[in-house]
Amino acid sequence: MNLRKNKRVTMRLEPIENPTMLRRLGLPAAVLAATFLVASLLAMIAGANPFSVFGLIIKGAFGSKFAVLETLNRATPLIFTGLAVAVAFRAKFWNIGAEAQLYAGALVTVVLGTGLLPWPAFAILPALFVCAILAGAIVLLVPALLKTRFGVDEVVTTLLFNFIFLLFISMLLEGPLKDPMGMGWPKSARLIPEARLPRIVDGLRLHWGFALALISAGLVWIIQTRSTLGYEMRAVGLNKEAAAFAGIPVNRVLVKTALLSGGLAALAGFSEVAGLKGSLTLDLSPGFGYTGIIVAMLALLNPLGVVVAALFVAGIFVGADSMSRAADVPTYLADIMLASALLMMVLAIMLTRFRVVRG
Amino acid sequence: MSTDREEVLRLDGITKRFGELTANDAVSFSLAKGEVVALLGENGAGKTTLMNILFGQYTADNGTVSVFGKTLPPGNPRAALDAGVGMVHQHFTLADNMTVQENITLGTRPLFSTRLDRKAARQRIVELSERFHLAVSPDAKVGSLSVGERQRVEILKALYRDVRILILDEPTAVLTPQETDDLFATLRQAIANGLSIIFISHKLHEVMAIADRVVVLRHGKMVDGVAIKDTDKAALAALMMGAEATPPAVAPANPGKTLMALRTVSTPDIGNAPGLKSVSLDLRAGQIIGLAGVSGNGQAAMAEVVGGQRSPDTGVLELDDEVLSKWSPRTAVESGIARIPEDRHKTGTIADFDLTENAILERYSNTPFSRGGWLDWRKSRSFANEIIHKYDVRCPGPDTTIRLLSGGNMQKLILGRVLEAAPQIILANQPVRGLDIGAVNYVHSQLLEARDRGAAVLLISEDLDEIMGLADVIHVIAEGRLSPAFNRGEKTPAELGLWMAGQGFDEPAQKQESHHAS
Repeated sequence: MNLRKNKRVTMRLEPIENPTMLRRLGLPAAVLAATFLVASLLAMIAGANPFSVFGLIIKGAFGSKFAVLETLNRATPLIFTGLAVAVAFRAKFWNIGAEAQLYAGALVTVVLGTGLLPWPAFAILPALFVCAILAGAIVLLVPALLKTRFGVDEVVTTLLFNFIFLLFISMLLEGPLKDPMGMGWPKSARLIPEARLPRIVDGLRLHWGFALALISAGLVWIIQTRSTLGYEMRAVGLNKEAAAFAGIPVNRVLVKTALLSGGLAALAGFSEVAGLKGSLTLDLSPGFGYTGIIVAMLALLNPLGVVVAALFVAGIFVGADSMSRAADVPTYLADIMLASALLMMVLAIMLTRFRVVRG
Repeated sequence: MSTDREEVLRLDGITKRFGELTANDAVSFSLAKGEVVALLGENGAGKTTLMNILFGQYTADNGTVSVFGKTLPPGNPRAALDAGVGMVHQHFTLADNMTVQENITLGTRPLFSTRLDRKAARQRIVELSERFHLAVSPDAKVGSLSVGERQRVEILKALYRDVRILILDEPTAVLTPQETDDLFATLRQAIANGLSIIFISHKLHEVMAIADRVVVLRHGKMVDGVAIKDTDKAALAALMMGAEATPPAVAPANPGKTLMALRTVSTPDIGNAPGLKSVSLDLRAGQIIGLAGVSGNGQAAMAEVVGGQRSPDTGVLELDDEVLSKWSPRTAVESGIARIPEDRHKTGTIADFDLTENAILERYSNTPFSRGGWLDWRKSRSFANEIIHKYDVRCPGPDTTIRLLSGGNMQKLILGRVLEAAPQIILANQPVRGLDIGAVNYVHSQLLEARDRGAAVLLISEDLDEIMGLADVIHVIAEGRLSPAFNRGEKTPAELGLWMAGQGFDEPAQKQESHHAS
């Protein structure tokens, strides 16, 4: 065994007390550059010119009115799930279950929105909106109480809830919720017209869900920066011990955080069903709940950053779809771009706070 | 020392700095064959750092470690192990789901061993445990063993590897008195077999019972190395705590009525930390009460009870002659208790919050800092500015992240935060630990000023100088029990030494305690 005792080169991390502007702004730019570098390599392996691939992605995502609207529609649920994750992670409550809360919101929207509510037309959408929030909040309340009462790890419970909830929805769609007119497909009945979110501008394929998402982002930002609840959530997330010592009711704050987070995630389901799809199927969400984690991390948990990150992520997905048709590069490139962007971002976050030193 | 002294270990001029802090300052001592050296010092005195250097976990900035005359290469944990040094850590390193034998032989033999191998190993373990009085069955699952038995397994593990030097880090912290006696019997057997032992502790009576020599560390410096026969407990306590100075002149107090009182308060032990044992204490207006004692003797429990983090298990708290029913950090703050916590980095402040956010930490939910759930940042910021100016917090401004401040400035912000409300009761837990002399004087003058305007101050400190200099009335706390009170200047540090070792007061309670220790 050759240990080379004294010649070993060791590295260690040294905290940076006050990161410079260059470090803080340069690193996100470096993240983008590195992401595109990784994607370029893969595009070349797939036999395409990377520059034309990126050109096609950008064109596919923002190149036409239709493309832009498609990107905005795709960004809508991601803003909601991204906000849900950002709110929870800020308080170090690790909600991995935005997918389940999204389906909870969608389920309530479909159950109540297919003619069950004997209410006047104008009251139906607000009622669905509120009930969807409540459903998502309740779904996340269970893991939150398990955590605060019994110390059960919320990563495990919220993650597993995703599978339980998806199977539950599957059971409902094969059974009581199955559309009798659906020709045997596992699909719910369609919402009544009064339960649909109208388009923002007539003739443009963009519904009010997007506006609600923007408003939610603004509200969450105000809550986080201006309200005592936001202050409590940040304090608990940064230092639970000091928060408890100062008299902040840590467990109560965690439960409130969970309610807010679950409600936001459920709005993704509400807006997808009421704004876009009109009915509930098992492929309502292609992993919006999980992608919300990427969105929130890319946004550094900033609610306004979530909007930008969601547009970026949605743009890559929508653009990759059309790029794939034109350049014959698999759409999986989009997944790899997001994954590498996330990894680079995590690395960048670390490098803004630490520098690598020899010795 | 006699000439036939055979040196097995030598630490020479070990110095280790972490940034500003000097954890070890030119520490030198040696260990002879068949000798027990006790390493005595407060928490944070540098004992653990020193042992980590000996073990190659850290590289010393200066100085060398030699074992059996050979200098160990720095920064290499294997070297110490190969040279025959074994360590029993405070927190055991055993696999619960494996048997005693498997734990002991783990890593010493190939993965797949023959039955003959295992039989030989078992033979050796049985023989070792008989020779060293380490009663434990080789086939028992470690998960089912008591703490004392686990420690025996750890010691057997070291002996099985033929160590010549055994280091025990606070070995008695987890043991009952009976188990401690057993451990000492084992250690004496080990010495008789030619081993040498370093015994790390802050318990004086144990050091007196087992060690041949004591090395006392304080603030990283080696204060003294003395033979046990030339010293006594009181002298060691004084060395360890550093109470050589005479009390400075502090104007006599003018105590008023009792503002807060503990009546026969008890709290449960938590791990190794003793709870309070039927403690009664009056905090009177215009008086500083000092709580002296070796760390880990119930100070934490006392601070938690007074600060609102813990309600008494038995006994009651009285505030202005009224018995408290509901007690939490928030009620404590609202009852006008100013709390200066022991750890300003972990509990006193939130490192990533700025000065403004930290200034309102205890009162963000009250006017003027918030109204109806919405914060008023303008008023919060001007409050922070007020503290910065009044308490001379050196910083770029109220928007500075507090982690960038020095310990002294951080403490000034905490002082300002709690004193601005003109509190009637002040709990100061280690208020000057780690501060430079200027900040120390500032904190002390603030506490005296508060006393003179009629506040009751409870000063908890492990620094005897601080207590003797500042407190009007002093109690010693030992193993959760409170000594009778005495006035400043009535007793010498040497007299306090015995009390701090848990002897010489409250005898009946002590006997009672040994009964329910199990």
